[in-house]
Amino acid sequence: MNPDLTEREFAATPPYLVGREKVREFARATLATSPLHHDPAAAQAAGYADVVAPPTFPIVIAEATLQQLLAEPDAGIDFSRVVHGDQRFTYSRPIVAGDELTATLRVTSIKTLGGNSMVASESTMVDAEGAHVVTSVSTLVVRGDDS
Amino acid sequence: MSLADTLNLEVGQVVAEQTFALSRDTLVRYAGASGDFNPIHYRDDVAAQVGLPGVLAHGMLTMGVAVQPVVDWLDGRGWVSDYQVRFTRPVVVDPAAGAEVTVTATVGVIDDAGARIDLTAVYDGQTVLGKAQVRISAH
Repeated sequence: MNPDLTEREFAATPPYLVGREKVREFARATLATSPLHHDPAAAQAAGYADVVAPPTFPIVIAEATLQQLLAEPDAGIDFSRVVHGDQRFTYSRPIVAGDELTATLRVTSIKTLGGNSMVASESTMVDAEGAHVVTSVSTLVVRGDDS
Repeated sequence: MSLADTLNLEVGQVVAEQTFALSRDTLVRYAGASGDFNPIHYRDDVAAQVGLPGVLAHGMLTMGVAVQPVVDWLDGRGWVSDYQVRFTRPVVVDPAAGAEVTVTATVGVIDDAGARIDLTAVYDGQTVLGKAQVRISAH
């Protein structure tokens, strides 16, 4: 693992338009049956403009920032050896269909422990007005050859 | 009235419990929906090659599923403003039998902002998530 990654500046991802069908697809994939995720009328009755994304939906957008990290030629990350260590989402407001979100990645720390590397990063996601919506914080563990 | 009053919450109260059946189909569906195509979540040969006990559920699938009992119980009366987990043990999904994950959601802390709901997720008799905490807030 390249420790210099923590000092690197990553470009903001292209705007991600949250689609109603994508929210429904992600909800089905996470066994989320609440009408808030599927039925625009139910979401509107609860005060939302459209269907509400499930709490872990931002991982779809964080995936774009992960690809940025893996694409760094000197990152040295073998994806088949990557396991997820921890994950957190901290919201300013829920995500709803129609939102246009832009994510900016920052690698916050890289540690090596017993042959494994731990990469901590955060993706800050803002809406089309530039207002904060959610921050995704995660640690990826890159398992060493002998573990 | 605070959210805790509205929902009539007490610390230690179990607000939801649910068992989820995960199959290889679930993993493929989640891979497609999330865009996480790491082959350890669908290829036995790759999983074995990198020393894993079998094909694993995406940690993010377990995390996504584990919060659903809270969302269903809340039913729009509040919202999930923060959610965190540690992935402490893998969920191995057998090609035929799949895997069952049982989630229990308990009130951990009540405060002015809302409440913290603590989750346990158990697979094969052991917890698979650590520090699984859901912050719920009023609208």
